[in-house]
Amino acid sequence: MHRRLLPNIDLIPEMLRRIGLSDISDLFSDIPKEIMLEEPPDIGKQLSELELEREFDKIASKNTIGICFAGGGCWFHYVPAIVDEIAGKQELYTSYTPYQAEVSQGALQAIFEYQSLMAELLNVDVVTASHYDWSTALAEAALMSARVTHRKKVMIPENIHPEREEVLKTYSAGAGLKVEKYSMDRETGEVDISSLKPDESTAMVYFESPNFFGIVERKAREIAEIAREKGALVVAGVDPLSLGIFRPPDADIVVGEGQHLGSYPSFGGPSLGIIGVKMDARLIRQLPGRIIGMTESFDGVRGYCMALQTREQHIRHEAATSNITTNESLMAVRAAVYLSLLGKSGIRSLCEKILANTNYMAERIEEIGLRPMFNGVRFREIPVDGNVDWVEVNRRLLKRGIIGGSPLRKLFPGRFDHLGNIALFSTTELHKKEDIDLLIESLKEVVK
Amino acid sequence: MRFIQARWQSDEKVLEPTVFELSSGSFYSFPVEEELKKYAKIPNDLKREELNLPGLSEPEVARHFSRLAEMNYGVDSNSYWLGSCTMKYNPKLNERIAREKRMLMIHPYQPEETVQGALQIMYELSEMLSRITGLPHFTLQPAAGAHGELTGALIMRKRHEDENERRDEMIVPESAHGSNFASAAMAGFKVIRIPPDEDGCVDISALKAAVSERTAGMMITNPNTLGIFESRILEISDIIHGAGGLLYYDGANLNAIVGKVLLSKMGIDIAHLNLHKTFSTPHGSGGPGAGAVGVVDELKEYLPVPVVRKRGDGSYYLDFSLKKTIGRVRSFYGNFNVMIKAWAYLKALGSEGLQKVAEISVLNANYALFHVRKIEGIDVKYGKKRPCKHEFVVSLQGFKKYGVRALDFAKRLLDYGVHPPTIYFPHIVEEAFMMEPTESESLRDLDNYIEAMRKIAEEARENRELLLKAPHSTAIGRLDEARASRQPILSWRMYKKIMSQQGAESHE
Repeated sequence: MHRRLLPNIDLIPEMLRRIGLSDISDLFSDIPKEIMLEEPPDIGKQLSELELEREFDKIASKNTIGICFAGGGCWFHYVPAIVDEIAGKQELYTSYTPYQAEVSQGALQAIFEYQSLMAELLNVDVVTASHYDWSTALAEAALMSARVTHRKKVMIPENIHPEREEVLKTYSAGAGLKVEKYSMDRETGEVDISSLKPDESTAMVYFESPNFFGIVERKAREIAEIAREKGALVVAGVDPLSLGIFRPPDADIVVGEGQHLGSYPSFGGPSLGIIGVKMDARLIRQLPGRIIGMTESFDGVRGYCMALQTREQHIRHEAATSNITTNESLMAVRAAVYLSLLGKSGIRSLCEKILANTNYMAERIEEIGLRPMFNGVRFREIPVDGNVDWVEVNRRLLKRGIIGGSPLRKLFPGRFDHLGNIALFSTTELHKKEDIDLLIESLKEVVK
Repeated sequence: MRFIQARWQSDEKVLEPTVFELSSGSFYSFPVEEELKKYAKIPNDLKREELNLPGLSEPEVARHFSRLAEMNYGVDSNSYWLGSCTMKYNPKLNERIAREKRMLMIHPYQPEETVQGALQIMYELSEMLSRITGLPHFTLQPAAGAHGELTGALIMRKRHEDENERRDEMIVPESAHGSNFASAAMAGFKVIRIPPDEDGCVDISALKAAVSERTAGMMITNPNTLGIFESRILEISDIIHGAGGLLYYDGANLNAIVGKVLLSKMGIDIAHLNLHKTFSTPHGSGGPGAGAVGVVDELKEYLPVPVVRKRGDGSYYLDFSLKKTIGRVRSFYGNFNVMIKAWAYLKALGSEGLQKVAEISVLNANYALFHVRKIEGIDVKYGKKRPCKHEFVVSLQGFKKYGVRALDFAKRLLDYGVHPPTIYFPHIVEEAFMMEPTESESLRDLDNYIEAMRKIAEEARENRELLLKAPHSTAIGRLDEARASRQPILSWRMYKKIMSQQGAESHE
């Protein structure tokens, strides 16, 4: 029922009278009659709060949650209760972009802390206040690279997440960028360094670590050397969580995803796009979107406000570094709470748990006659090749309460067929050893 | 009403310290089962040694971020008349249901039969948005309004390419949101600006002169950013379509006409709707939002993939088969959690409530305008004789003679416990105050805000220091924002580096 949301609903005649009008239609008299609706659009009858909650429950019951092993760039991790508690505070979730800094120090400092914590994890100096997701962060990094180098070609590896590739291509159409691919090494799952041949027109060389298949890139240094030799920028796509234990790559721009740092998979959105750079003025000036900076009040107290706004659309219009306005601030705040709580030792232990699960699961999968692909270093994801119908396998797993690996032939027809018939499994700290054992036992039965 | 914001201050220079300063040890861990420990090995060349992350116990985290929250101002705190942002109330049931585990703990690649509920929410939301706009096809993928603009501009680009037409100019009214210009540029268009006429609307003769065989389309906001309805919208539509262009609608101001005017009848081909504005989803200190994009029939094949469809048997599925799609604009299906809240909002309104939202938001704005414009020093520059829509723009130029600027006025409003309007926008109005009360404001809230404006106007004349030094009752006094860009400190790491440099210099 809409009445509960409209405090003035019974005061319309009185308010009209006070401003010298008699009918609400007087306020719409400047709209041409032929475009006005007489009857409101039919979106159904209004529901009371109680009816609405019941209606929602009915719909929610059509979703099935299980022990989820689905992989592919959206991850199930534990969300500590304190994260929901903080993100549920109205002062943080109902407020807008902190244009009035003096009354918004809380959000500003929380986002500054996010930027700072993420900068430590990525080993960079500057991280933006957030972007939509990893894929759009990558697209923005490509646009940045093109602006900085005045070149038009961007190079991406075969083992990139296919959705990120698609988004990059969508953005590239507007900017006239040319996307070129280089190969992966089918033994290790890393990039094939011999296929990487940037030239004088290359703006960016991109790689991921861990990549779409969960393989950590060991040739990051070589990739960077080859790219820089030709004057291209090096852009690394990372899972920041993995950097609790893995060495961060040396890149000019680092992009990544932070959805799993204190937020839920939520059917793939909202996410938390990350963009970071080292202290390099030519890169910092080209960063897209909001950045929070530390400053002082005129009476000398440390405070925070939006910084370097002359890069942004509301000031620079078509010369802005990006069109982004609304970002994913609350996701950034969630990540800040999460990282503060976990700390260095928490995130290390989390990485160890994921690592242990991944390697254990890969070993067990091999035992039952399926093939965990590639012999590189794994983190969280396991691509499994098998002569089975993965969709059917998943259907049977579901009966045992398990959401199986993501069937790549179905999700991305033709894209990875040359590598095998792959399901991409993923495991995190949410899985106990017995969950993995249950998956293995179930797989054994259903693929028989 | 007066207001004193919480001020947690650890010493005379610092309010709440950062988590780096508060770091107190290591508390959190994820134990690995004994039998699995041997699997947690990584090669030495990949191992990270140094990592400077602070660690706090849970009570310390709770207090730190709670104190920060207390030094922030939300829609539930009090009035938030930030023009163009539609800071309406965010219904709490929507927050509650969006926390449902069966909606949070689902993976985008799960089998379709396990996410029928999620797909149903998306489908029903798209359907309702179609009914509201008259645009039959929607994508929910864009993560924000500007992201929707880019999507729309890319659709235009591809459409013209498919028609073998070289159209590389996008027309944008000068008063438009900055993001329109930037989105058009990102899609590869050259921006052609149209000045306002004396009513603040699109200057029709300038528009006629601007269109050509190179016109890809026009991006229009209606009501425009002055809060004035573009009454000649049908003429505008004819001019653009006559030139072979497409008309894009920026939905930031839809709240004024939701349920009253069909976008399709205005000649709109593509529109984005900000779910976090008109459709009540919270702004989250700047996001996540969502920017649904709707199109007319002729453009349906251009939408990003996938789109949600319903089968004859009532089940839902994701359709990836659009032949001319511009591709994906982000991973997965959009900000799904935000969609749940918009869905719930529309279900609560029902058909009956839609027009009430528009009517009361417009009434509240006109009530405020009626009183605010009477204040000496405050002027309406455009559309003086017209009703405003959901928001209005006044100029505070009249206070310049007292040495007071819109910024000072805005900062003083904070002391009265209300959030200032959007200031210095649109640029075509000097010392602009862009005020949008929304339908969530009670009559008492409206009167309170108007009264604050009156009192501050008096103060400006009689005691301007109060304004120039404002705010006085917020967590911190007026900030040196220029310094944040002149000497940027953008992370704790940068701060430490700068401090140590300064330390080294002072020892020399």
